[in-house]
Amino acid sequence: MPGFDFSNYNRNAALHARGVPMPKATSTGTTIVGCIYDKGVVIAADTRATSGPIVADKNCEKLHYIAPKIWCAGAGTAADTEFTTALISSNVELHSLSTGRDPRVITCMTMLKQHLFRYQGHIGAYLVVAGVDPTGTSLYTVHAHGSTDKLPYVTMGSGSLAAMSVFESMWQPDLDREGAIALCSEAIKAGIFNDLGSGSNVDVCVIEKDQPTQLLRNYMKPNERGHKERNYRFPRGTTAWLNQKVISKEDMKKYVTVETLSGDPSLAAGEKMEVDT
Amino acid sequence: MTSLMDHPSRGETIGYSFSQPTAAPVKEHSFYPYTDNGGSTLGITGSDFAILAGDTRSTSGYNINSRMVPKVFKIGGDDETGEGAHILLSVVGFAADGNALKERLDTVVKMYKYQHGKSMSVGACAQRLSTILYQKRFFPYYVHAILAGLDEEGKGALYSYDPVGSYEREQCRAAGAASSLIMPFLDNQVNFKNQYIPGSGEGHALEPKKAEPLPQETVKQLVRDAFTSAVERHIEVGDHLQVMIITKDGVEEVYHPLKKD
Amino acid sequence: MANPFDINGGACVAMVGKDCVAIACDLRLGMQSLTVSNNFPKIFNYAPSTYLGLTGLATDVNTVSDLFRYKVNMYRLREERHIAPQTLANLVSSSLYEKRFGPFFISPVIAGINHTSGKPFICGFDSIGCIDLAKDFIVSGTASDQLFGTCEGLWEPDLSPEDLFETISQALLSGVDRDALSGWGAQVYIIEKDKVTQRLLKGRQD
Repeated sequence: MPGFDFSNYNRNAALHARGVPMPKATSTGTTIVGCIYDKGVVIAADTRATSGPIVADKNCEKLHYIAPKIWCAGAGTAADTEFTTALISSNVELHSLSTGRDPRVITCMTMLKQHLFRYQGHIGAYLVVAGVDPTGTSLYTVHAHGSTDKLPYVTMGSGSLAAMSVFESMWQPDLDREGAIALCSEAIKAGIFNDLGSGSNVDVCVIEKDQPTQLLRNYMKPNERGHKERNYRFPRGTTAWLNQKVISKEDMKKYVTVETLSGDPSLAAGEKMEVDT
Repeated sequence: MTSLMDHPSRGETIGYSFSQPTAAPVKEHSFYPYTDNGGSTLGITGSDFAILAGDTRSTSGYNINSRMVPKVFKIGGDDETGEGAHILLSVVGFAADGNALKERLDTVVKMYKYQHGKSMSVGACAQRLSTILYQKRFFPYYVHAILAGLDEEGKGALYSYDPVGSYEREQCRAAGAASSLIMPFLDNQVNFKNQYIPGSGEGHALEPKKAEPLPQETVKQLVRDAFTSAVERHIEVGDHLQVMIITKDGVEEVYHPLKKD
Repeated sequence: MANPFDINGGACVAMVGKDCVAIACDLRLGMQSLTVSNNFPKIFNYAPSTYLGLTGLATDVNTVSDLFRYKVNMYRLREERHIAPQTLANLVSSSLYEKRFGPFFISPVIAGINHTSGKPFICGFDSIGCIDLAKDFIVSGTASDQLFGTCEGLWEPDLSPEDLFETISQALLSGVDRDALSGWGAQVYIIEKDKVTQRLLKGRQD
């Protein structure tokens, strides 16, 4: 894949060789799960993004779009899951356009594993790929080094053990849609409450044949912040400031053209376009 | 990249301008006797009271050991419930050292009472705690301790310590994992740092808002808000909030729920 | 050797209010514990109501701010319009991820108002371009832990521009006072639909 720019690589590697630590990326120390049921597949994720012990984002999205009926849950380095899924989504769309067929989950999984294997684990994306295609329902996990698994129920991320304990004690082979959603969200909640790297809300995505895919963003919100006991609004003038500069819309006119457009098209600033009749 | 092209014949060493680790370094086996059990504590004093609070979560890595491990203790009580205690101690950091330190100080304060027939003053206890910590200067108790009580005038007294016994009397102090989140908030809301009296002047002439002891109810609210904020942004803080308030009438202990994610 | 993010020091914070946003930074530039300058602003303007704050390694702050000046100028020439904050966010994200294996040592923050929708927008990034979309506030720099604490404690929804100024200023000043590598004065921008107010704050000079 073209695109990566290594121009700073030598500088940073030299620094690293002299003992400088590598930058701390936002990682989704995460719980993500997936589960197949009779007519389709459910994937779910928590919504906490961390940077060390600090919560960087309380409500981030870890369910990524690949194709209308293929979705991906991502754990690991947040930027890598985001960009890897976006890249594969784009390639899957082009592939589907050139073949004239609906994209298959196994195609997407293969593209992901080949991409990740090429980068020898340096792209830290750990994914759960799920979807429905003409061959049926599928659910895979893809690791950063390129290995894959095909299973009826899967978990990944730092909360994977907590979530798997729910699956191992409650999963049945004949789940229905509601049962699968309930089981997946219960598994995510196990991660949220028992793994420090996971937290906040539960996101769920349900993919079913002949049914539009449903992204249930914040399907559960078991961790809402209550009201603060005190009011922390400051009286105006509390902060000492030494000088100020006001840049108003009038001043902006000196540098750029500012036109307020009315709803009437005849008064619009631009010239009317000639149209062939 | 260029350096790769420049010296293709050198064999295994690639010609970087900096040294690269060639072989795995010699394995060094060592035993590290400390762990970090996370959590945070906080103490604030008023004119006739002192509050010590801490969350009750105990962690190791990404795991929760327990959701109910109190970090604030009564020191020198008459029985195992701590009844009759007039000094509070909070410890955060390495829980095993924290417990050992609490037990040591508790014994010392009790022995003082038996030997001298009067209870130890907070100031004396503060000095003794410093000595206990410094005695282990080269194998420290890995804790950040805060001691609270009432001084001879009946005013709230709060002493904070580093792991080797350096201590200071303060108005308020946060310690532990989320101390860097809580402390600047306290500076602003307890000591009114960076706040000025509106309309008292322009620019440099503005008059700073003076810090004065806050009423008990306000302090309780600030403690709860400080912790609910810390819980939002620090993964090692949560589960329950233990609050102990010491006044001339004794020690009151309250628990509040915190988020458990 | 020291962490590149902590060599020069600095802090930045952005907050959302009612129909307005604010972005603020400290003014310190240091080399480890030695302060070199107390006039090193970390907020850069790319369109009438689109601002970018950059903290981290000062050489990369300069390089990246210039790189985006070039990229945004090219965008304006091609598109004949100003860049929207959301568009700048995606530009920053993809530009940083391009350098996934040799990143700039910076943590950017964007604050602005979208002039088509009139909606306030803030977001933050890690050094390799992962976007953090928040509804309340974004912090970055060596004082980020302290700022998380003050912002989480002081921020509330729907603040007017005047109240937002007080809240962001108090959060920043109290935050940087507990960080040895940030402070030495501060700058605040209050961005409203057709007005931007820039203020220089009085802060501790130690």
